[in-house]
Amino acid sequence: MSFEINGATFSQSPRAGQCLRTFLRELGHFGVKKGCDAGDCGACTVLLDGEPVHSCLIPAFRAEGRTVTSIEGLGGKDGAHPMQQAFLDAQGFQCGFCTAGMIITCASLNQAQRTDLGAALKGNICRCTGYRAIEDAIHGNSNVEADIEAGGAFGRSLPAPAGPDVVRGKARYTFDTDIDGLLHIKLLRSPHAHARIVSIDRSAAMAVPGVHAILTHEDAPSVLTSTARHEKDWMDPEDTRILDDVVRFIGQRVAAVVAESEGAAEEACRRLKVAYEILPALIDPEQAMLPGAPLVHPDRTSANRVADAKRNLVAEIHGEFGDVAAALATSAVTYEATFHSHRVQHAALETHGGLAWLDEAGVLNVRTSTQVPFLTRRALSDIFQLPMDKVRVFCERVGGGFGGKQEMFVEDILTLAALKTGRPVKLELTREEQFIATSTRHPMRVHIKAGADADGRLTALQLDLLSNTGAYGNHGPSVMFHAVNESIAVYNCPNKRVDGHVVYTNTVPAGAFRGYGLPQAQIAVEAAIDELAKQLAISPYDMRRRNIIRCGDPMLSPPESDYHDVLYGSYGLDQCIDLVERAMQADRPQAELSQDWLTGDGIALTMIDTAPPAGHIADAKIALSDDGTFDLTVGTAEFGNGTSTVHRQIAATVLASTVDRIRLRQSDTAHGGHDTGAYGSTGTFVAGKATEAAALRLAADLKAAAAGAWLCDVTTCTLEGEFVVSGVRQMSLTKLARLAREAGRPLAAHGNSEGTPRSVGFNVQGFRVAVNKATGEIKVLRSVQAADAGVVANPMQCRGQIEGGVAQALGAALYEEMVIDAEGRVTNPKFRDYHLPSFADVPRTEVLFAETSDTIGPLGAKSMSESPYNPVAAALGNAIADATGIRFTAPPFKPDRLFPALHEKFAD
Amino acid sequence: MDLNTITAVSHPQTRSELPVWTPGDAWLAGGTWLFSEPQVHLTRLIDLTDLKWPALTITESHLSIAATCTISQLDAFTCPPDWHAAPLISQCCRAFLASFKIWKTATVGGNLCMSLPAGPMISLTAALDGVCTIWKAGGGEQKIPVADFVTGNQRNRLSPGDLLRQIDIPIAALKRRSAFRQISLAPVGRSAALLIGSLYGNGTLKLTVTASTVRPIQMSFPGPPDASTLRAAISEEIPDDLYHTDIHGKPLWRKHMTLRLAEEIRAELSGAMSP
Repeated sequence: MSFEINGATFSQSPRAGQCLRTFLRELGHFGVKKGCDAGDCGACTVLLDGEPVHSCLIPAFRAEGRTVTSIEGLGGKDGAHPMQQAFLDAQGFQCGFCTAGMIITCASLNQAQRTDLGAALKGNICRCTGYRAIEDAIHGNSNVEADIEAGGAFGRSLPAPAGPDVVRGKARYTFDTDIDGLLHIKLLRSPHAHARIVSIDRSAAMAVPGVHAILTHEDAPSVLTSTARHEKDWMDPEDTRILDDVVRFIGQRVAAVVAESEGAAEEACRRLKVAYEILPALIDPEQAMLPGAPLVHPDRTSANRVADAKRNLVAEIHGEFGDVAAALATSAVTYEATFHSHRVQHAALETHGGLAWLDEAGVLNVRTSTQVPFLTRRALSDIFQLPMDKVRVFCERVGGGFGGKQEMFVEDILTLAALKTGRPVKLELTREEQFIATSTRHPMRVHIKAGADADGRLTALQLDLLSNTGAYGNHGPSVMFHAVNESIAVYNCPNKRVDGHVVYTNTVPAGAFRGYGLPQAQIAVEAAIDELAKQLAISPYDMRRRNIIRCGDPMLSPPESDYHDVLYGSYGLDQCIDLVERAMQADRPQAELSQDWLTGDGIALTMIDTAPPAGHIADAKIALSDDGTFDLTVGTAEFGNGTSTVHRQIAATVLASTVDRIRLRQSDTAHGGHDTGAYGSTGTFVAGKATEAAALRLAADLKAAAAGAWLCDVTTCTLEGEFVVSGVRQMSLTKLARLAREAGRPLAAHGNSEGTPRSVGFNVQGFRVAVNKATGEIKVLRSVQAADAGVVANPMQCRGQIEGGVAQALGAALYEEMVIDAEGRVTNPKFRDYHLPSFADVPRTEVLFAETSDTIGPLGAKSMSESPYNPVAAALGNAIADATGIRFTAPPFKPDRLFPALHEKFAD
Repeated sequence: MDLNTITAVSHPQTRSELPVWTPGDAWLAGGTWLFSEPQVHLTRLIDLTDLKWPALTITESHLSIAATCTISQLDAFTCPPDWHAAPLISQCCRAFLASFKIWKTATVGGNLCMSLPAGPMISLTAALDGVCTIWKAGGGEQKIPVADFVTGNQRNRLSPGDLLRQIDIPIAALKRRSAFRQISLAPVGRSAALLIGSLYGNGTLKLTVTASTVRPIQMSFPGPPDASTLRAAISEEIPDDLYHTDIHGKPLWRKHMTLRLAEEIRAELSGAMSP
């Protein structure tokens, strides 16, 4: 057989049932990505005889004798295709995992298709951007600032350093590497929601040619751990074994097969004979604490950090300030309702997975798709009793995270397999496995009671929350504590009460997810504020102005917190409310709508602590290299959050240099130091602080070194681009580097941040919606978000984070829904049945920034990746209530779910 | 995705070369569904490409659509000006959940044989009185109207080894006036209800309901019905248990959208009736 790929001829033959996507990757074309492997996401798009196709659906043999062009060949001999340059100029990507397929598709659109991008791009999913930046690329708009002066990088719209590689398909994600002798892992997963494994007969499976090892609970360390990763291990219950003899949800690992090929591993999985003793299963969280409910982890105790295993209770919280009941009894107005937030999936386009191997020095190397390489190393070291210096965990570029990669879902199995076989091993989860066997957002039921006096001042706020953490407790307690904290601490109110329970069920575990519990509580709190305002005929804006905390007010949520390190490093919530109100009231052309459409406005606000509690640690190193440029080493990972750009901006600014002179190395435990990880919006606020500290020390050292050479007063020395200057004298950094090397004292500095004290950030979202009273359809007519991010490190990127957060949250609020049936099975584990927002679904959001400067964050900056998600569902719910007069309390607000109430109210 | 259990692909060029059907076989037309899900029960693909069936053929009486005709080929077809139903072709192609990139590979026959309620080629060919020609596994041919071919959600009249050869659409049907309505839970989502009205020269209105129901449901009215007659007929012909339920729409909503879209079609085509 003969294949022409990007102008080169290949004579290899594909396997009979092989698709073009994997064939292309086997031949080294790693720009061809797997997002879904089912034709739904478009990440694998290539040109076949010049026409775009999803290569995961094309039988490889059908490419014989035809020309295939992947992203690597799109530019031809001339370099970049104009569309690649356009994506670079517009920065039409964040994690970049969808970008190759997106560019190929966009490059092939004709004029007619360009006039209806919603239809033309419905086969390309971007989970990060919200599509505005992609639209800019298609229209040839540039968003990057050029010609930044030395020292002026911070606060400017500089492009991501990986951009050129991303648009050419050369950026290396987790699986974009070739390792000789690689073995493949496939996992046999439980078909039962709750069962004891009686026996596993491996004989037929071991007989499959190419099978090297089969790993079961008998092979795994018996240590109890958690898939959740936190700086402090005590934050999560210890209830998880790598491979257990009890399975507690459909999809849980039963065994791992290590084989020469994925096909052989799959076949062996099918031939494993497992005898199960079926146990009663608990599916409904409302039943969890009732007497007689099946127990998910009956043997766990408080020593495992499980509050009451005999009631399926992982953790609880109770507290009251003042007297809520008394206050409600005497309030001018009150409101009470129950809100249900559903289960959604992160749907990062790069699935979980990784590779592991032992090198010549006996070091276990784990290359993985993670937000937390350092914490994963620590966990592997603990579980497998390996010295820390014998484990290396690293990632290059990660294809999206959204919290889902603040967990260890593959690295443990990879390690077990690499240690057992002594061979390099790979485990790449399928999209279905992402849905049924990783983690989701925590489904929650939140009951709220609230009251206000006749002037609209809150008298009482009470939250009663039930969180379903699924079969394992990863992140369950922390998510619950977070949910009830900032959501009510942002309001001054003399009487507050909180009750919360997080319970086990025999369903896929919930875990860390963008927002970390706040959106689920926020939707109840912000609805209550609106409902009280409505009863008092006060505008939603004024109602909030009367009740929000002002700079200096105590931020209170019962019970008394153990952490007292949250400060007002800056405060811009008042500005955010004003900005949204002005933008929502600005005159703009109105859409023509028939009488079936009802319109309404809604807003919601959110506050977020700029880092998680109990410590978040980052180390940074920066060194002057011989050529006068700088090598910056940080631990934090890049998965589309844009921190790689910001770290260079911070260092360049402090060192009076330009970003092109800062080389960044990151997210590799082999680089030394520690980094808690890229979660809780810490990439800039915490890790950036470490980079700032390191750069400040190096700047001082550079000046001191020059002053030493000149024998002058160091205070007369300044850094200016490539020179240290004192009066009329100047010394190049190259020379300084040489002098330092000759003196045996290389110029390098270390910076550290402990993640404390913390500050607070704010977001306010406004929507104008139209709801069709006859069909339940919703149109978003206007979307505005104002953010208090302190000094905005990179306005273009920060805007992108906000737009992406709004888009992801709109997906959850309007479309996305994981359905679990009565047996505990996820019934829709594929993108075509789990509707991610596509280009046509996402309105453009006007992004506005408060003008503040934070006294704690690096160069005045605050966090802004996680929180833009948080107020969206709440604001949308408020807008729908304003339009229809009906308070819907359970997203997603899909037409078929809204219809019964609309029909009852409006049908003729 | 890779179908790792597949060990052989056969490439017949004529009907006589079709291999004897055995368990583990699957016809491979476009392959866009076949390669989108695990198919661990399959061991051999029988590729229909080399049969080289002409995609579209016009005779005096019929438009003949080969089962292997791709959605793109159908969408690109230039219809004669007196085919007043021609816009249905484009409308139904655009009703696919899949994008234009899939249309280049996916086939009309594949869409029928998948027999999903939301299969827009089922909607199109049923509304236009299409008739399936099936090559029976044991030899010979069978002709079945499209509306009868699909019997339920992912169920049809094919027996193992049967092969859908083509769908014949009467030219007369293509000359009728038509009206198209579709709704889904998202702007470019999967159809939750897709209705087509087709108006005969003698005033007969034929309504084809798809996507909202587990199989195509057709109703004929001798003249344009009034709103209440239409409503009553739909309620009569479509009992509640025929409405499809899945993540793409709850049955109650599908039912009401069916009634609503049918009324819109009635109004549109009644307008077309009055000179």
